[in-house]
Amino acid sequence: MKALAARRHHRLTPVVLLLLALLVTGGLYAALAPTSASADTAAVDDIAAGEKLFLANCATCHGVDAEGRDEVPSLIGVGSAAVNFQVGTGRMPMQMNGPQAVAKPAQFDQEQTNQLAAYVASLGPGPSTPTAEQVDPALGDISEGAAIFRTNCAMCHNAVGAGGALSEGKFAPSLWETTETHIYEAMLTGPQSMPVFNDATITPEEKRDVIAFLVDQREGSAGGLSLGSLGPVSEGLWIWIIGIGSLIGCAVWIGAKSS
Amino acid sequence: MSTTQAQGPVAGAADYLDQRTGIATAVKGFARKIFPDHWSFLLGEIALYSFVVLLISGVFLTMFFVPSMGLVEYTGPIASMNGQLVSEAFASTMKLSFEVRGGLLMRQIHHWAALLFMASIVTHMMRVFFTGAFRKPRELNWMVGFILMILGLAAGFTGYSLPDDVLSGNGLRITDGVIKAIPLIGAYMSYMVFGGEFPGADIIPRLFTMHILVVPALILALVGLHLLFVVLHKHTQYPGGGRTDKNVVGFPLFPVYVAKAGGFFFIVFGVIAFMGATMAINNVWNYGPYDPSPVSAGAQPDWYMLFLEGSLRLMPGQTEYVIGGYTLSLNVLIPAVVVPGLLFTFLAIYPFLEAAVTKDKREHHVLDRPRNVPVRTGLGVGFLTAFIILALAGSNDLIATHFSLSINAITWTFRIALFVAPVLAFWITKRICLGLQRKDRELVLHGHETGRIVRFANGEYIEVHKPLNDQERWVRVNYDAHKPLEIEPREDSRGVRRKGFKKDQMLQKLSRFFFEDRIEPVTPAELAAAHSHGEHDQLESHAPAAQLAATDGGAVLSDHTPDDHGHQH
Repeated sequence: MKALAARRHHRLTPVVLLLLALLVTGGLYAALAPTSASADTAAVDDIAAGEKLFLANCATCHGVDAEGRDEVPSLIGVGSAAVNFQVGTGRMPMQMNGPQAVAKPAQFDQEQTNQLAAYVASLGPGPSTPTAEQVDPALGDISEGAAIFRTNCAMCHNAVGAGGALSEGKFAPSLWETTETHIYEAMLTGPQSMPVFNDATITPEEKRDVIAFLVDQREGSAGGLSLGSLGPVSEGLWIWIIGIGSLIGCAVWIGAKSS
Repeated sequence: MSTTQAQGPVAGAADYLDQRTGIATAVKGFARKIFPDHWSFLLGEIALYSFVVLLISGVFLTMFFVPSMGLVEYTGPIASMNGQLVSEAFASTMKLSFEVRGGLLMRQIHHWAALLFMASIVTHMMRVFFTGAFRKPRELNWMVGFILMILGLAAGFTGYSLPDDVLSGNGLRITDGVIKAIPLIGAYMSYMVFGGEFPGADIIPRLFTMHILVVPALILALVGLHLLFVVLHKHTQYPGGGRTDKNVVGFPLFPVYVAKAGGFFFIVFGVIAFMGATMAINNVWNYGPYDPSPVSAGAQPDWYMLFLEGSLRLMPGQTEYVIGGYTLSLNVLIPAVVVPGLLFTFLAIYPFLEAAVTKDKREHHVLDRPRNVPVRTGLGVGFLTAFIILALAGSNDLIATHFSLSINAITWTFRIALFVAPVLAFWITKRICLGLQRKDRELVLHGHETGRIVRFANGEYIEVHKPLNDQERWVRVNYDAHKPLEIEPREDSRGVRRKGFKKDQMLQKLSRFFFEDRIEPVTPAELAAAHSHGEHDQLESHAPAAQLAATDGGAVLSDHTPDDHGHQH
């Protein structure tokens, strides 16, 4: 220690300390940061195939270097999760300009989607596709998920995920058909109007709870036909159609019945 | 067993009762009371029967509901709520839905019956309005019915808020906002209603008392009064041959209407039970326990309050002013207080308004055909148009998602439509009514077209018209076409200004608005004239069917001159 103390006024000390600090920060970051770019694990073949697909299908808008331009986002750093979500749900390649890109039958199969994701992930580190375990609804806590969903998601997606309207023709889609992986990726990457719920806001475990809650809703609810789970408006519609409608029919029948 | 023995105890009991109460007279009177027959007279009964269902199912729910905002941890069969901190009101709603046998069915029956109650009240009111059944002597009964409608809204509102789920809490939050928007006293009022800062811990017990005691008691009392008035005034009847303001044409209460009404009760109960058994309503476990922070998409009130929600959604938000430290929230006051105030005032005063502009003091027991009072019918349709636009505006988010439209465009469309569409609807309805009246006149004067073309000897073609039968004609000519009021001049013969001239003048203006355009019914003189003058009319209306029939279908009447016809009857 004495030797060290003797050298603390050495003119190289600040440099050494700075290097040490950088090393610690970098090391901590590497250890604690969310799993990022899976580019290193993806096979080089995939990246090459993905690049080809990208140039043929995506570069028209996003640019050959994926840097984007006016109103077209750059894809550097969006990670494989964003690609898997956008391409996997058919939102990309976009069919046409509109208030928002809508889901449609996917244009690429899972292998091609993975290749595209690998290529985009290789451009810069970003959130990666979750593992099967991360999105397994059986491992999630439904009640916890319900509470998280209610405070973070229900204002746009409706109380049980039936979807809802946003401004200017945009909308929050129904979540009943969305796969568990896509739900997870949507939270992680915040596609279009959706905010990003990163792992600090909603932890990966909590994301899994939300998925568990949503999957639980798909089994339907007690009480009979759900009427779209849209709330009082659809209930009001049906009381007029079935309730008043059938009773007026009966009243006419009773009135017409000769006494 | 002989019949006398079987009747013995019944007859004995009846006699016992009669000797002590004299009830036989009342029963006899009621049993023979005549009611006219029409399906639309059953609409009010739907309301009555759904109210009975509400009372029965409501008593059941009261057995299990805990009106408390104390917090408990929910444990039960619903996984999405397990372990969450909820109010006792919410927990007991969950418990009665899932752990009480038949509880969910009863809850759903109760809620569907509530929606049906309001829907049938509205339909019944429409029938009464469009047929003019509110005219003298029934103005007071219209008021009773109007208050019943308001009480129905109050019952619905207080019940909707009881389960203490997110949706009902959102409704209460809007109520809180509306109360706070009242200038100066708003904040104090809110503290009074909620027993402190919203949501407090008092509101559910308070609403519970209103919902199960005060409101239903008032409704029950007023339903009694409403029906008493029906018995006192006797029932109105649709126009038709032999029906006048001095008689009632129909069937006796016993057995005809006892059977019909009794049967209809079970039909109503059946429809409500069917809906309760097969269609989910207000799944509170979807919304979760109330907490003031979350509001889910598609948060709306039950349909009868939707117009208020729509009114709030349409109002631009910039109309909030701060004056000397006090906030004047016109953005809430106008849509939530002024708009419903206008709508309800129109409904409440309409019978008196019409009485004032007609100066009609006679009793009316024969209903109007809607076409014969074009301005009333137009106003009614205009009113409904405004109500429906507001209700649609309250559903603008669902319209946006289901029809892939922009919510902003929908809102702007409704903002404009709220002012334009009712006026257009009024005008179009009025013109249609006038058109139908003209058609009626035409029909009375000239008879039905038969499609038979007849050629005379001189080569002239005419179409044979068949005269109306007495019933058809009665319906079309027996109505009042009120004329605008005539008022006395401003000054009397000595040149002194008289009091009340200004008011008379206003009434006259209003009266002109009502009755300036009118189609007079065909008078007997006009009818006679139509039958005896003019070459065509005489044949059109009176060409004897027998004579033409003798010429075998479409054969021509070549051996008769028009003059011959004129002398044949």
